[in-house]
Formats: sequence, C-alpha cells, structure tokens
Amino acid sequence: MQIKNSQVLRTPNAPTPGRPVLFDPDICTGCNICVHFCMEDIFLPAPEKGELPQILYPEECWYCGNCVDDCPEPGAIALNHPLMQRVRWKRKATGEHFRVR
Amino acid sequence: MSETLETANGEVWPYPVRYGQVKKFESDVVILGGGIAGVWAAIGAARQGAKVVLVEKSVTARSGAGGAGCDHWQWAADNPCSSVGPEELTQALIDNQGGYRNGISTYIQCASAYQALLEMEQMGGKVRDVDDEFKGAPFRDEATKLLFAYDYDARFVLRVWGNDYKPLLRKECRRLGVKIVDRVSVTGLLTKDGQAGAQVIGATGVNTRTGEFNLFKAGAVISCMSRPQRNWTFSSEMRGVSTFRPPTNVGNGHAMAWRAGAEFTMMEKSMRSPFASPYSYPSYGVGNAINTWFACNVVDANGKEIPWVDCNGEVITEFDKRYRPAKGQKFFIMGGGSSSHPHPGLKEHAGPKLIPDLAERMQNGEFVPPFYADLTSMPDHERRVIWGLNVGEEGKTRIPILQTYSEAGFDPEQDMLQTYDFLRGSGMREPVTPQERTFGEQGICGGMVVDWDLMSTLPGLFGAGDLIYGSQDHSHAAATGRYVGRRAALFAVAQENAHFSQDQIEAEMERVYAPLGNSIENGNPAMDWKELNAALCRVMQNYCSEPKNAELLGLAETWLDDIAENEAHKMVADNPHKLMRALDVLDILTCDRMIVHACKARKASNTHLHFNRLDYPEMDPPEWHKWITIRSDGEGNGAKVGEMPIAPWGDFESNYQDRIS
Repeated sequence: MQIKNSQVLRTPNAPTPGRPVLFDPDICTGCNICVHFCMEDIFLPAPEKGELPQILYPEECWYCGNCVDDCPEPGAIALNHPLMQRVRWKRKATGEHFRVR
Repeated sequence: MSETLETANGEVWPYPVRYGQVKKFESDVVILGGGIAGVWAAIGAARQGAKVVLVEKSVTARSGAGGAGCDHWQWAADNPCSSVGPEELTQALIDNQGGYRNGISTYIQCASAYQALLEMEQMGGKVRDVDDEFKGAPFRDEATKLLFAYDYDARFVLRVWGNDYKPLLRKECRRLGVKIVDRVSVTGLLTKDGQAGAQVIGATGVNTRTGEFNLFKAGAVISCMSRPQRNWTFSSEMRGVSTFRPPTNVGNGHAMAWRAGAEFTMMEKSMRSPFASPYSYPSYGVGNAINTWFACNVVDANGKEIPWVDCNGEVITEFDKRYRPAKGQKFFIMGGGSSSHPHPGLKEHAGPKLIPDLAERMQNGEFVPPFYADLTSMPDHERRVIWGLNVGEEGKTRIPILQTYSEAGFDPEQDMLQTYDFLRGSGMREPVTPQERTFGEQGICGGMVVDWDLMSTLPGLFGAGDLIYGSQDHSHAAATGRYVGRRAALFAVAQENAHFSQDQIEAEMERVYAPLGNSIENGNPAMDWKELNAALCRVMQNYCSEPKNAELLGLAETWLDDIAENEAHKMVADNPHKLMRALDVLDILTCDRMIVHACKARKASNTHLHFNRLDYPEMDPPEWHKWITIRSDGEGNGAKVGEMPIAPWGDFESNYQDRIS
C-alpha cells in the first residue's frame, strides 16, 4: 500500500474551529484590509504584497463577516461556518433537505 | 525593551514591540470603548467643543456589539408616527421588567432615539424606505417612508438599514476632530491621588499589538465598555458563530470601575441562555418567530402551521393581527416567543406568540417535529423585509447569514429554514444546562449606578450604553452616548488640572505586564488564558447557577479566591495579543466576584432577576423590591452593600428637560 503525502510531522493539534475564513489565493491581493477590520484581531498581516494574511487565532473568530464585507476584492475571502453549526433547510415543493456549505 | 519579538515557532511578531514604553494623551473628555455608545458620546462631546480622545480595544470602524449592523431602532417614542409618548413607553418597559430596568437611561432612549436616528441620516445612514421597496406595506408610513416593526399600530420600533452605521459614525468622529486610538485595551481608571473612591481623572491602556502602555488624562472620563460575558460559558471549540455579543466584550468596564470604587447594582441577575449557548447556532440564522424573524410562519414536518395566540390566549386567525394589539390592549412590546421565554413580562404588554402548549401538543402527536420557519407562505413584503432587511442589516447577519446561506442555495421563496430552538417543542430548547447561562450576553443586566447626568458615584466617571445598569439596545447606546457626551463635556470645562499618582500608575503597569514574566516550564502549573477562563466558568456553573444558597455562594467565593491565588497570577502571555486576552480573564474574575457579592447580598428570591435562593424560597417578598447595590470595600476582595429604592429617578420629563435645555 502506497500512502501519498506521508510526511510525518511533529505538530500540535490545531484549535477548532480552525478555518473560520477561507482565502482565494488567486483573488486576494494581500492588502491586509481584512486584518485592519477584524474585531477580534485573529489575523497577522500578509508579510508581502501578494501573499495571504495569516490566521493566527482562528478559534477567537466571532464570524461577524466584517472581513468579507469590507474586502475590496469580491470573492477573495469567504466565511466558513463551523461544520457543527451549519444550519439545515427543506425545500417546500420537493421535500429535499439542504444545508449551509 | 526590544522592538521585535520572536514567536514560539521562530517567526517574528509582525508589529513593533514596545512593552514598558509610555505614551500620554490629554483631552477634555476621554471615552473608553468605541462601540455604539462610545462613538455617539464622542460626537456629543465634540459638538460641545470639547477636545475628545476615544480609546478602542478593537477597531472603531466596526467594533462593538452593534458594529456589524442594526435592524431595529427600539423604543423611539419621539418619532412622529408613535402613538405612545416617551413617558408612557418608559413606564411600560420598566413595568414589563417588574421594575428592574433603568428608568433614567430608558427615558433618555424613549425621548431621543429618533432624534439620534435623524442625526444618523444626516451622516449618510439609511433610515427610511427612500427606494420605495416596501411601498404599500402595512408597516410603512407612506408620508415619511419610515418602516416599523412588531406593533404596526403603536409604531415606536423602526426598521432601519444599520449595516453601515458604524463606519459612518467613525467618519463623523474624524470630521469633528476626535482623536481615535484603536487597538488599545483600557486596563484601569486613574483617580485623584490614586485613591479608590476619589474623582476619576484618567485611565491606562495597553496596545494589543505592540504592548505599549498608554496614559489618558481628561477632565471627564466616559466609560462606554460593554457587559460581562464568558462568566458561565466559555468554549473556544463551540462558540464564535453563536456568540451574541462579540467575544471582545468581557466586562472590562465593569471590572475597572469596581476597582476604582464605583457603585454597581443588579449584578445578581443572570439567566438561562439557550440562544447564545455553546450548543446554539448562528445568531438570527435559524428558523424562529421572534425578534428579527417576528412574526414568521412556523410549520411542522408535514407543513402544518403552528397557531399564534394573543395576550388573552385567543388564537389569532387573521395574519395581520399578529402585528396589532389584542382586544382591550393599548399596545404590545415585541412578541413571538413561547411560554418559557426568559422574560416573564406583563400580560398587559405581551405581544402575539406561538401557542404556549406546543411541547405538549407535539407529545400528543398533533404537531410533528422538526419545525421550520416558512417564509414561502408569508406575504411578499413580510418575506422580503425579514429576509433582506432584518436579516441583512441586523447584528452580524449581512455576511454570515444572508450572503452565506444565499450562496449555499437558500431561497426564501422556496425553502423553509429549520428551527433548532423548537426541536423539543419549547422555545427555550429545554433542558438548559448550567453551562448555558449568561450575565450580559443578552437581555437587561446589571451595571454601574448612574444619576441623571449619567455620572457614576465617582465624580468625573460617566457611563453610557451597556455599562450602565438595567439597560440594553443599540438605540439605547446611541441615545445615552449622545446625551452623556454633552453632560461630560460641560463637567470637564469646570475641572482644574489634576495630577496623576505615580504610585498608582506603577502598580497598574506591574499588574498589566505580570503575565509576560510567567512561563510554562516543567514542574510549574502555569497555564494560558483559555484554561483559566474555562475553570472560572466551572466555578460559576457549579456554585452560582440555579438554584443558589449561602453555602453554594460561599463555595463560589472560596474557589474563585483559590484560583486567583494559585493560578490566575501565574497566567502566561507571550505576545501583546495574548496579554490582552489574559487581562480580559482577570477582569472576568473580577466580574465573577462582583456577581457573587451581589448574589450573597440579595437574601430573597426574585422572578424578574431570575434569582432563586433555596434558603429564601419566598418569591418576590415586597420588602426586597428594591435595588441592591455593591461597591468594593477598598481592602482586598470584599464588598460594601447598600440599596436604592426601586424607582430612584423622580420625574422623568423635568429631570430630562433640565439637562438638555
């Protein structure tokens, strides 16, 4: 059996929820406006223009969405709700069930 | 000290490090906390010509509980469409809380919230339906284009487009020359000669990115910080998205005013909090029928509609009557909850709500869970105002709910959003655990005692918004901020130059920087702020939850003291951000002590304070119908207990008019 990406690392567990926001590296310019507007100061600024801000304290996120609301590049940053708190709904006509993705 | 800091994994801290360096600010008025109350206070003071400095732990453009948005402008009895005047509404709101609501600040809110909103409009905020999106809707006044919520006859709650109010308020502060100092967490108040209980003449702060120490000197100090949170509930793994007020709000303002000797009241009130619990869901983001979702249709798994009843218990058959007072009722206050809604309220002012026996009827098989909020069957204007205006402008709904759900495919014309609060048939999602309890995350709670100038018992220290006892709401923060800014500016003019006590400053620097000197090493029980916060919560869950008695409260004190002595002073911080969080937890510990003192002092059970003493089981004995006050005894951790009559504010209108004219 071949295991891909089998690099063995000595790392601590990540805090959860660990990815409150997702950056799109193709759109984000590393302008750090999200870092400026983050109420909880969960980010560290992108070290260079064109790099992504670092999410240093993900478990402190309030999920207010100000980073998304105030981002000048639509699609560069998206909120990512914790899996255990993604709400469900039902389509009335078909009875199909959906949830936040 | 060094200007750079290496983190544990060898990366350099990206901000300059200035531990121990001191920067001084001097002004007529200093405002501590730049949330909704803070920016309005800054504007109020600056318009009086005062030189104003505003200090904010986060970022003024978006910070505070109201920074991400606001959809309801509550209790604006001064608006031209209201059928109820400020005095009558104030009294109704007080009565609805059994007397335990701040009459001074509620009157200021009821008498001037609309004036504040008009100023918001001048700053560029949208306050009326200028685009005619809701033309012809029963909640719209066609002449003024104002939109109303809840009681469409009484018309004292407005629907507004508040998502961008905070950035606009910041802009106005800048235009008026207010000096804004962001990312500085205020740590303590400075008093004349450094004495507890003396006039407040300034404050200290620490920069949350650089660790720089700041001194603020002013003729008047306005504390606009928010309420204690995380006293019963803290879990970094299950919070965040479901936290009602931002995690930044921990009660720093309460803790530092206590240490300075100010008087507090209502600190014994805490309540079950399933809506904002660690087991909850995004705020305003589940199907329900209250608040932002009032008065949405709720249906069972088979699409059968849950009936609504009015305050007389009569089933409401016409949809429009959900928004109108019941027969014989003059007006109603909010509504939509179920039988076990946490606010007991008065029948006289109760709004329409879902049937109170839903849980029993579910057990009998009449209604089948799960239940859904069915926007699809709502009239078009009601559907669009709930999903689009209220959800979209309220609190943190624009991105987390409206945008995120829409992008995932939620369509209010086709889809029904699941309710989680009603999974067991009750709006309270019973049973609620001791962990699901809050002091200040929601509802009316305790705070600093203030007079008609909104000045505390310490000269020079004023308060507004959530800091002052018995109050809540975005429009309350705006109205009281606007009012106190003027009062504090007038006070400041009359003050002579006061001198800081160097001893007080040095003692505060030592306290603030202490966590930086601690480290986690083998054989040393030191810990970071999160474990300490969780441990303090466990003490409160076990010994200061429901019910209470002297023995339990004594144990709460014992274990808080024990943790303070053995763990709190060993808490570790290795950068300015974690230092801020560590100082927050020390303030949470102070707030816990205040809560326990107040709980010990009220030797009677009380319905409206959600206060159940096993050793004093009689509910609401008349001799205890009063405010219990506490302040630090100035010698360690003790408290001096006092009391105020239940309505200490005198005549509303004359007291108010004397101060605004």
